[in-house]
Amino acid sequence: MEHFEPVIVAFCCHYCAYTAADMAGSQRLVYPANVKIIRVPCSGKVDSLHIAKAFEKGADGVYVAGCLDGDCHFKNGNDKAARKVAHMRGYLEEIGIEPERLEMVKMSAGMGERFARVATEMTEKIRKLGPSPIKAAAA
Amino acid sequence: MITAERKPLDEILSYIKPFKRILLLGCNECVTVCAAGGRKEVGVLASGIQMSMLKNGASIEIREHTLERQCDPEYVEELVPIIDSADAVLSMACGCGVQQLATRFKDKPVFPAVNTKFMGGSDRHGVWTERCQGCGDCLLGVTGGICPIAKCAKQLMNGPCGGSVSGVCEIGDEVECAWHLIWERLKALGLTDQYLEIMPAKDWRAGGGSGPRKIVREDLAE
Amino acid sequence: MKTQSNLEKVLSGGHLAVTSECGPPRGASAQTVVDKAKYLEGVVDAVNITDNQTAVVRMSSLAGSVLVKQQGMNPLLQMVTRDRNRLAMQADILGAYALGIDTMLCLSGDHTKFGDHAMAANVHDIDSIQLIQMVKGMRDEGKFQGGAEIKGVVPKMYIGAAANPFADPFELRVMRLAKKIAAGADFIQTQCIFNIEKFEKWMEGVRKMGLHEKCYILAGITPMKSVGAAKYMKNRVPGMDVPQELVDRMSGVAKEDQPAEGIKICLETMERLKEVEGVAGFHIMAIDWEEKVEEIVKQAGLYPRPQV
Repeated sequence: MEHFEPVIVAFCCHYCAYTAADMAGSQRLVYPANVKIIRVPCSGKVDSLHIAKAFEKGADGVYVAGCLDGDCHFKNGNDKAARKVAHMRGYLEEIGIEPERLEMVKMSAGMGERFARVATEMTEKIRKLGPSPIKAAAA
Repeated sequence: MITAERKPLDEILSYIKPFKRILLLGCNECVTVCAAGGRKEVGVLASGIQMSMLKNGASIEIREHTLERQCDPEYVEELVPIIDSADAVLSMACGCGVQQLATRFKDKPVFPAVNTKFMGGSDRHGVWTERCQGCGDCLLGVTGGICPIAKCAKQLMNGPCGGSVSGVCEIGDEVECAWHLIWERLKALGLTDQYLEIMPAKDWRAGGGSGPRKIVREDLAE
Repeated sequence: MKTQSNLEKVLSGGHLAVTSECGPPRGASAQTVVDKAKYLEGVVDAVNITDNQTAVVRMSSLAGSVLVKQQGMNPLLQMVTRDRNRLAMQADILGAYALGIDTMLCLSGDHTKFGDHAMAANVHDIDSIQLIQMVKGMRDEGKFQGGAEIKGVVPKMYIGAAANPFADPFELRVMRLAKKIAAGADFIQTQCIFNIEKFEKWMEGVRKMGLHEKCYILAGITPMKSVGAAKYMKNRVPGMDVPQELVDRMSGVAKEDQPAEGIKICLETMERLKEVEGVAGFHIMAIDWEEKVEEIVKQAGLYPRPQV
């Protein structure tokens, strides 16, 4: 696996992380192209099924990006998302996929710099972990 | 409702190991409400099984399907056109549903993907607690609407025992003392005298003590 | 007299009764039972033989009772509803009586969660109050719980029950005692008393309902061996009420003097309880400290035991 380029799926809340991504763009901050952004109306909208399917369809890493604590536009969608992520990490472990491949992160709409850093860190972490065990077996 | 929880993935995988084509079957009733075996959980499990297989360089054909109700023959009949497309059925319904399938499709292996837990209700989102043990002779009319059979760890009919402290059962912090609750209810209802009546030993025949139970409604049964 | 029980004779004779307990071993040694029981010989009116106490498997209380009986002492057979259904319990009651056991204590039993077989089913076919009813029905009506008549000899058991004045809700504790007495309890052994004020308050309620005249109440007493034991009972045993002053008093003396202090507290408690109207005797639970019972009984002025 010499030229492994991880596929990262980022579920981004419309009210924070997605806007932060825009901000990063307008500030000309560089972040890896590995991160595929999926806009969601709220991080709480992300379902276990979405996370499972992302991995099944070939993601090497997934993260859910929601608002800062207490700042959810829908009151507590970010907390719900965090619980779902914690639950799904357990499920990934059962399946035999490293739970670190799934993360919950929180940021505000103005944190373009944080968005870029998270995207970079996640990509680098997954790069070190290597391809998801599912892809590795298929290769 | 009847509550359930998904079995560990390893156990599920051990059941379906010999098969190539699986019908993964959810149920739209109780197990959907308790988020154990509805359409969504079917999807998540199918994905998990698929990933486990892929990880080992294997593959499996999973057909996802969710019935309106797995414990009724009418709905199970829906499976007739598709049942032969699967080598085995993995059911996410409660034990009643699993058995309905096993009875209807005599030569088809059927496996449970959930552990059926208890008859209960929801305390709050994501939390379910036991409320009824189906004793067949409901006592709730004399216990203030709180069941000592289902909710007392010793199913005392004349409680509370000496282990009740500050409303909590001796078995642990999470469990409320059923008899403490009953007493508070009887007080609120002005029925404290009722407490002094000794509840006689129970006839467990109604509760399954005389074998599997059956209800026949003459006016309905064909 | 309802029975041939020595305890009944002592109590109805107006004497302050003394009972103590002997937990059977976690093995099959008869000698262990005999050795433990010997500490209590001539010192108490009846020896409780516990039934899988704290849900830990031990030699059966019936076998332990027989071994104690063989030593010429008076066993008090404890029976919990946790481990057996009503068939098994009635069979054991017949067997026990056939082997000369005439006194028993009816309990629900600690939950299996606390024991060495947490995975076992909790039977609870009937509860402790229904067990009292059942034993009384066997004795007074000569009938099994299911309604059939007992053939030949009817087991005439002197019936005991437990009461915990320190559990919650407190206001229910006297009423629950009333239910046990209405069910047929002849005597009561209480939970260990450390909080005397609370016990006195409970007894006030007992007297108000006239329950002390319908049944004999033996006050539960436990000598504390150490400050560690005091803390353990205070914090870890559900339904046990050990006031902080007692823990402080125990920790106020040197480690080697703590056993003596524990005995002293126990004797002071007994002196105070003797003054409480309705206390008909003492049940001394000297857990793993049976050898001290004789000293306690003697120093409390309860020796020699009446020959009735």
